[in-house]
Amino acid sequence: MKPVLELKNVKVSFDTLDGNVAAVKGANIIVRAGETIAIVGESGSGKSQLMMGAMGLLAANGKAEGKALFGDQNLIGMSKVQLNSIRGSKITMIFQEPMTSLDPLYTIGNQLIEPIKRHSHLDHTAARMRALEMLEFVKIKEPERRLRSYPHEMSGGQRQRVMIAMALANNPELLIADEPTTALDVTVQAEILELMASLQKKMGMAMIFITHDLGIVKRIANRVYVMRKGEVVEEGDTKTVFAKPKHEYTKALLDAEPSGRKSPTSPKAPIVLSGSNVRVTFNIGGGFLGSPVIQLKAVDGVSLVLKQGQTIGIVGESGSGKSTLARALLRLLPSQGAINFEGQSITGLDKTQMRPLRKQAQIVFQDPFGSLSPRMTVGQIITEGLIVHEPAMTKAARDLRAIQALEEVQIDPALRNRYPHEFSGGQRQRIAIARAIILKPKLIVLDEPTSALDRQVQKQIVDLLRDLQKANDLSYLFISHDLAVVRAMADYVIVMKDGAMVEQGSVDDIMDHPREQYTRNLMAAAFSN
Amino acid sequence: MTDVVAMKGRSLWIDAWNRLKANRAAIISAIYLCFIVLLTIIGPNLTGHEFTTQYPSYVRVPPSIEPYPKADKLDQEIKEIITRAHLTLKEWKQEGGRFLVTVTSTKPIDDRVTRYLDRSDSFKDGKVESKSTDGMEMTLSASVQHLYFFFGTDISGRDLLTRTLMAGRVSLLVGLLAGMVAVTIGVLYGSVSGFLGGKTDEFMMRIVDILYALPFTFFVIMLVVFFGRNFMLMFLAIGAVLWLDMARIVRGQTLSLKRQEYVQAAEAMGVNSWGILMRHIIPNMLGPIIIYVTLLVPQVIILESFLSYLGLGVQEPMSSWGVQISQGSRNMEGASYLLIIPALFLTSTLFALNFIGDGLRDALDPKDR
Repeated sequence: MKPVLELKNVKVSFDTLDGNVAAVKGANIIVRAGETIAIVGESGSGKSQLMMGAMGLLAANGKAEGKALFGDQNLIGMSKVQLNSIRGSKITMIFQEPMTSLDPLYTIGNQLIEPIKRHSHLDHTAARMRALEMLEFVKIKEPERRLRSYPHEMSGGQRQRVMIAMALANNPELLIADEPTTALDVTVQAEILELMASLQKKMGMAMIFITHDLGIVKRIANRVYVMRKGEVVEEGDTKTVFAKPKHEYTKALLDAEPSGRKSPTSPKAPIVLSGSNVRVTFNIGGGFLGSPVIQLKAVDGVSLVLKQGQTIGIVGESGSGKSTLARALLRLLPSQGAINFEGQSITGLDKTQMRPLRKQAQIVFQDPFGSLSPRMTVGQIITEGLIVHEPAMTKAARDLRAIQALEEVQIDPALRNRYPHEFSGGQRQRIAIARAIILKPKLIVLDEPTSALDRQVQKQIVDLLRDLQKANDLSYLFISHDLAVVRAMADYVIVMKDGAMVEQGSVDDIMDHPREQYTRNLMAAAFSN
Repeated sequence: MTDVVAMKGRSLWIDAWNRLKANRAAIISAIYLCFIVLLTIIGPNLTGHEFTTQYPSYVRVPPSIEPYPKADKLDQEIKEIITRAHLTLKEWKQEGGRFLVTVTSTKPIDDRVTRYLDRSDSFKDGKVESKSTDGMEMTLSASVQHLYFFFGTDISGRDLLTRTLMAGRVSLLVGLLAGMVAVTIGVLYGSVSGFLGGKTDEFMMRIVDILYALPFTFFVIMLVVFFGRNFMLMFLAIGAVLWLDMARIVRGQTLSLKRQEYVQAAEAMGVNSWGILMRHIIPNMLGPIIIYVTLLVPQVIILESFLSYLGLGVQEPMSSWGVQISQGSRNMEGASYLLIIPALFLTSTLFALNFIGDGLRDALDPKDR
């Protein structure tokens, strides 16, 4: 079959203050008509920049070299005007963030109809008909009404459907999808993938899928290119690559599924934290001369008991209230219901009364970029808790504790005077964990600690967390939407939906015999591969 | 294990500094600004004129790199002096750097007549050389006093160079001090308001809104009426108005920083409000604050000029660039240099400050570009 797009020795580099940085060091990729290829690699491997370079969408300091042949035209070095006649009509793209890819000021209709008019030279009525047809095509309910709605009125999944409709409206020959499902909830992810696969079959276009998720590759791609550090290290038929990976890196990627199980705790272990009938309501609106207050129930009567050495996994889609529940249990948010910590009731305690207890309960956040203050060195970040809770400690003693903590999370303590931006995502998450364990707490709340990380790093963090738990007899509240990680971490699982607990039980019970359809959907999304 | 040598990290400040160094406009502006600051500090002592000295003989003389008095003016000058002394000029000549004048009178001439020469700005060291026996004719000598007015003189005959540099001192000082007043009040007010949030925030920001509603000139006139004209009042008036912007900016920054996960992490660790404010919020806010200050200082200088232009600002014999421009604009015809020179100083300084501000913004917030 004839190639739709052929990249020959494409190089992408960026001019920075530290000199010229090569992001892609010569990649060769072919997409033939009607096939789906996937480009996989961890973040920073250059997989997105490769396609951006070929499409002339690099940042101002970026430069692409080589050949990107679309038919007999070389896209690299083409003028903007020429590129625009190809981009958006013959080659279209979908990006990761459905929240920001649509302009919030225009209706869905406006944003859909405009490019159709422009590229297909139809009049307004015909373009509108086509837009309606496209919305039906991507299975959006009530397309007539949706044409008149604004992006903020739609959910993330619906917005991504609109993006797909926009991308396909002009019958492109090639669709480039850059992590199109990463920002979506797991259950929605599956639907979008299914939709894209079926549309590709119907329309017969070629598709390039850029992703870090091997599960997606397996499900959707005919061929796969594995990228690492700006180079294609392995390519081939998806089935062959998955069955017989040649390159070490591909093997490591395939092996990166979180594995192993947590060893069970003794049933006689003391109770660390218990909450009964915890409720959190937020008041929306109101204020000075404001409208009447609306009450939103973020957590609605959830009870749990956490024993020493135990891990409770809290799972659910985004917005299900799992993070809010954990923050309420640590009294970082006002809540109703009885909470006991270490046998002491902490229900009515204020900030000052809570302070001595803070040492015992720590929290690790999802985003390793946001959770470390960018102006402090790693040493300062992890010893801050010591300044608060052990003010008598000397600077040298604190430094010693910092070294110990960094060694425990397997980070070279010599790096403790560096700043967070000098570390990778996985390293930062280790630093965040070091900050939590330096106070030798009883309980750590892990709020999606692995969700922002690459699979390979995820596995290492899961192993690290399990080891730390064993060594220090820690109790974890593990919040995640990813059941594969929860299976590897938790003893007990609570499934949450819309602020309420819908199912709970031991990890094996839930995973092997889910009772609720909602749980089954979560399972299907997590264990698809 | 106890002795692990720590490697040095590269902080965001160093990154920002490297980015700033690459910005040529900002660096040239910074050098220029340093030059202007130095000039206004030491310059007035080097010009050879006091900023208050008036030279009645040289009122509104144009800028020149040659010394005054000019040779062609000496004849006229000496005639004026002799007429003023009620004497008759017989002849004058220059001899070996000294200036010899022979005068006659109908009455005997008093020796103290040399004072008329000394009193003039063109001559000094007047002496009686010889005297006729009847005392009706006298030869006086004096040396010519060479004065340099590189920027010319103003309507009162004061050296414009010295005055411009002095005025620059005042303008920059007002800019800096009033800027600091605005920043200090604004940062404290804004961060407290943003950090405490809720009802307190609401109340504090409504006060800001009310103050915004006061017309600025009216406010200053009120202050002048109550407290009289006063240099310090300028700082107060300008600072009191400009902190409002600062407070709003800082409040917004605080609100967004407060929701950062590292602040939540610190809260979960039991760090008290003061620690969070000092260790997490303010250091992360410094970037925008510095940027705003470099853009605030020119604003203050312009406001001061405006007030001075209206006659509410700095008082004679002190001056500021605004005052000078105001005076210069009245002499636009005939002595346009009186307007152009201070205006050049003011605008170039403002340009430099704005370029530095832009450079800092790019350096500290690379994402905003």
